[in-house]
Amino acid sequence: MIELKNLNVIFNKGTKLENHVLKDIDFKVMDGQFVTIIGGNGAGKSTLMNVLSGNIKPTSGNVFIDNADVTRMSVEGRSGMVSRVFQDPMIGTFADFSIEENMSIALKRGAKRGLTMGINNASRGQFKDALSEIGIGLEDRLTDKVSSLSGGQRQALSLVMATLLGSKILLLDEHTAALDPKIAKKIMQLTDKIVKTHNLTALMITHSMSQALEYGDRTIMMYHGKIVRDMYGQERKKLSSADLIKYFDL
Amino acid sequence: MNQLQLLGAIEIGLIYSLVAIGVYITFKIIDFPDLTVDGSFTLGASVSSAMIFAGHDPYFSTFVAIIAGGLAGAITGYLNVRWNILGLLAGILTMTALYSVNLRIMGRPNIAIIDSSTVFGSWDIIISILAVTVITILLLTRFFASEFGLGIRAVGINPKVSSAYGIKVGAMKIVALSISNGIVALAGSLFAQSQGFADISMGTGTIIVGLASVIIGEALVHPERIWVSLLTCAVGSILYRIAIAFALNAHDIGLEASDLNLITALLVALTMIATKFRKKSEVRTI
Repeated sequence: MIELKNLNVIFNKGTKLENHVLKDIDFKVMDGQFVTIIGGNGAGKSTLMNVLSGNIKPTSGNVFIDNADVTRMSVEGRSGMVSRVFQDPMIGTFADFSIEENMSIALKRGAKRGLTMGINNASRGQFKDALSEIGIGLEDRLTDKVSSLSGGQRQALSLVMATLLGSKILLLDEHTAALDPKIAKKIMQLTDKIVKTHNLTALMITHSMSQALEYGDRTIMMYHGKIVRDMYGQERKKLSSADLIKYFDL
Repeated sequence: MNQLQLLGAIEIGLIYSLVAIGVYITFKIIDFPDLTVDGSFTLGASVSSAMIFAGHDPYFSTFVAIIAGGLAGAITGYLNVRWNILGLLAGILTMTALYSVNLRIMGRPNIAIIDSSTVFGSWDIIISILAVTVITILLLTRFFASEFGLGIRAVGINPKVSSAYGIKVGAMKIVALSISNGIVALAGSLFAQSQGFADISMGTGTIIVGLASVIIGEALVHPERIWVSLLTCAVGSILYRIAIAFALNAHDIGLEASDLNLITALLVALTMIATKFRKKSEVRTI
């Protein structure tokens, strides 16, 4: 379970540029829940995600993962619990590494890295299995450099890397925004499949209203640093994209 | 150029191939422009010379020199990682401090160890250094294929995603800088022992020579694998020395040994400009 308690993030506190990005956020995500997050630019969606990953430390309030307070824990420190797919396919993977080298980095997420070989026959088999799950042929290109892959392929790889090991929460930060509609849909379906098969707890930021409703089982809407709507169950099922857009007129 | 000069060039080139490998680790692998090497090269030379001069075992002296170099690299890394000092400046700070440290270690600006026994003993210097270089390349290749080594390389490619996968970016930088400067100190130590002296100013320009070797090597082949990259550094270093020997031998041009730094700087600049041109033309053809 993920829990944010009375969370505040204020950038440039005490200066003219002071910006109160997250305001008194209280938010709980149950195990196995897949939450989609919508909201306008500057609503605080990305900040919320960065607080969960540890990239941004909150000004006040606490972050709990399975009842453990991780508020002050570094990004590396919580990497075993939090996995993440970044927005830009060009920066979410290690471009100068081969696919298998990328996978081997992912295989050690949050674990101690020793002097044993990063890639061996056993791990190769594991990489192939994980990659064949998404069915785009990456499993036959283990030694190809990631820089030779398309944006969609990279994002698919990034997804497999983030979910290669279990995590308490999977963060998806507009991970299909930079892709063309066809590839975006495919990546989204892959995401959904992986989240369901591994019963992951996930949080996804999206600017697509249809995506926000079609995937996951709960949708929250943010506005000016607050969660203004929390939609789930029957109420959410009745909603249409048009309804969500209406909510933007605050 | 006669055979003696050629052999001399190869010998120095082989020693500096270790410098090139060290520079490759910082500049290319972790993307850190480390200028500590000017100081750590001399540090390696002064530590081992002072110890050998005082009657210590040459192997032990060389080992201490490597450790000292590693510490120097760690200091640069610490300044950068812990205190956010610009990498370039952190290296310059350590290098500057090392000048005084090296004078302290030697107690004077230079030490002659021409009469002392060195690690080379009665072995052929070129073959010994070749063996050291090959072993270094093999060890590093294995190291950079390990989980830990992959972590270091990952930091140079993408620090943000590295930390998301639990890699401690700062610690990795410090380790890489230590390894790099340890290897450079080893080069300094071997240089002093093969040439029979250590001098306070011997490290000046080490960084640019190392960089020249790395760049020359990369301009010749486009290495994909790490062992090829390391090998190219070594080859680049030897070629660089031969090229310099040729240039200084062509008396008609009127070049003197003191023009070395100018030639090197020009060589590096031109090679870099040439690679830019090549990249541009590649983009155009697409």
